[in-house]
Amino acid sequence: MAMTDEQIERYSRHIILKEVGAKGQKKLLNAKVLIIGAGGLGAPAAMYLAAAGVGTIGIADADEVDLSNLQRQIIHATSDIGKAKVKSAKETMNAMNPDVNVKTYHCFVDSTNIRELIREYDFILDGTDNFPAKFLINDACVMEKKAFCHAGIIRFKGQLMTYVPNEGPCYRCVFKNPPPKDAVPTCKQAGVIGAMGGVIGSLMAMEAIKYILGVGKLLTGYLLTYDAIEQEFRKVKLPKDNSSCKVCGKNPTITQLIDYEQEVCEETAGRFEVKIENY
Amino acid sequence: MEFDESVDITDKVCPLTFVTAKVAIEELDEGQVLAVRMNDGEPVQNVPRSFKEDGHRILKLLDNEDGTYTLFVRKVE
Repeated sequence: MAMTDEQIERYSRHIILKEVGAKGQKKLLNAKVLIIGAGGLGAPAAMYLAAAGVGTIGIADADEVDLSNLQRQIIHATSDIGKAKVKSAKETMNAMNPDVNVKTYHCFVDSTNIRELIREYDFILDGTDNFPAKFLINDACVMEKKAFCHAGIIRFKGQLMTYVPNEGPCYRCVFKNPPPKDAVPTCKQAGVIGAMGGVIGSLMAMEAIKYILGVGKLLTGYLLTYDAIEQEFRKVKLPKDNSSCKVCGKNPTITQLIDYEQEVCEETAGRFEVKIENY
Repeated sequence: MEFDESVDITDKVCPLTFVTAKVAIEELDEGQVLAVRMNDGEPVQNVPRSFKEDGHRILKLLDNEDGTYTLFVRKVE
């Protein structure tokens, strides 16, 4: 399918790149990326992927936009308060780029629906804010043989890694199991600097774009951490041998998805967010 | 000079001049020749150089003597 003059102009700064070209832009236009969580991480990631012309972007989130989201979730506006986050996100993305087919899933992702949900996508972004969801997404992606990018943010810190089937460790290889309850701060204590979602969410979008283009190196086998206080990135090499992993190893013992008990804030109906990560 | 496809970028401004020509050459097979009609000035300065940077082979730049030039480029993958 040939690009229209409007598309050539819109994506001219991509097409001009040797690593992209018209061929690469067409790959983006034909690609399907699913973003789970339309929050601090999902918002910038969704906007960059939409602007880049990723042809189909799925976005899953059960929440509604809340005033306290707007300090970091830049895809939503003050006038969106009370609106489903997926609807607000879709409106922003389509206003930016009507080329993009945005599919919305206004629901909690759990063991009953995630495998079917991710099946039609090429790459998945984990922009969730709690451990049960992160392990669920990891295990489902391993089982469905899907590449995905994990990320998490808290306070002044962020991290991300990418899993590609047969090419490196999964999230469970590194983090094993969700931490015990109360071992990590919840939303009430933690907080996050708004721009952190922009830094890490943009890096997630970059992983998705490079995976689609087949260009350069991904964060497979590495965990990239960012400390904004020290203004320091660290690329941590992860152990190569993942044969004993309970989900992606040689003899997996986890063959069915697990719905770990959700960390609950006092008011879960969008008033507060569960904000916990691996620190 | 013989060519396989042609594209006119005289109605484009930088960087759409090269972008349009680049989209056209990507449609060709290795070894085929693209003829690109362009205005004198900035396009003549930049388009041939950009093709070279992408690894293609510049064959000829023909002065059409009407303020435009035609560049013949052989596609190299």
